[in-house]
Amino acid sequence: MELKQAITKSAKAMYRSLPVIAAVILLVSLVNGVLPKTVYSALFFKNMLLDSFIGSLIGSILAGNPITSYIIGGELLKQGISLVAVTAFLVAWVTVGVVQLPAEAVLLGKRFAITRNITAFLFTIIVAIITVSILSIL
Amino acid sequence: MRKTEQNYFGLYFLLAVITVYIIIAIFKPTVLTPIFKFLILMLKRIIPILFVVFVLMILVNYFVSPKNLLNYLGKNAGMKGWLIAIIGGILSTGLIYAWYPMLNDLQKQGVRNRFIATFLYNRAVKPALLPLLIFYFGLMYTLVLTVVMVVVSIFQGIIVEKFSEAKT
Repeated sequence: MELKQAITKSAKAMYRSLPVIAAVILLVSLVNGVLPKTVYSALFFKNMLLDSFIGSLIGSILAGNPITSYIIGGELLKQGISLVAVTAFLVAWVTVGVVQLPAEAVLLGKRFAITRNITAFLFTIIVAIITVSILSIL
Repeated sequence: MRKTEQNYFGLYFLLAVITVYIIIAIFKPTVLTPIFKFLILMLKRIIPILFVVFVLMILVNYFVSPKNLLNYLGKNAGMKGWLIAIIGGILSTGLIYAWYPMLNDLQKQGVRNRFIATFLYNRAVKPALLPLLIFYFGLMYTLVLTVVMVVVSIFQGIIVEKFSEAKT
């Protein structure tokens, strides 16, 4: 493919995606702006499975730079939230995307997006439990 | 979903979100200040990344032919395909949705869904951010989590492909 063709093709693909990307950016800003960070710690219990589920659920709804999730996760640990819950939260933050699901569905296929997000959510809990279990052995 | 339907969905989605903003602006305008602050931060982050993604898309379209892609990440791809998906995901930077246009392009060229899913999962592993993760959670935690996630990404790729391509 010639360079001019490559540029035109890429520009068209980017142009088609722009409305969805803009909508997702606006939506993520809305969710992050409305939800205060203190809400997160109030939502956890002292149950391994339940906490990892809740951690995964919150991480799935929120999106953004992983740095933010590390900071929140670190603070949650300091407040006595279990490592398994925090791990689930960290992993879900970057692997599951409820907010960007519409964009993913449009660009990669509805079935693909739904399957990927559901499995990522379930794997988040599994990853958290495996990671914490390995750490407890080491 | 056809291309025109995709375009319209994107526009409707954008209009729906803008409508929510307008409703908030009318009934509770003070809420918009922190939202716009976050929005500006996000735009500052995502615009350079979108530019990088655009350049990468051009490079992929220019250098990588559909035939090569099909060999590495297509029906007959083996270990190399997994490695490319894992390393590509790890090395990719920025917000996830900035990558959708490029992945959409690759998908159209015949790249398997398993590799796209694995690529997306491995975006969680960020070498540049590892020092921060180590700072908060320790070296051992970071190592174990990283290895577990890379292994799990392969299983996720397989499952996603199996279900996303299953005939209804």
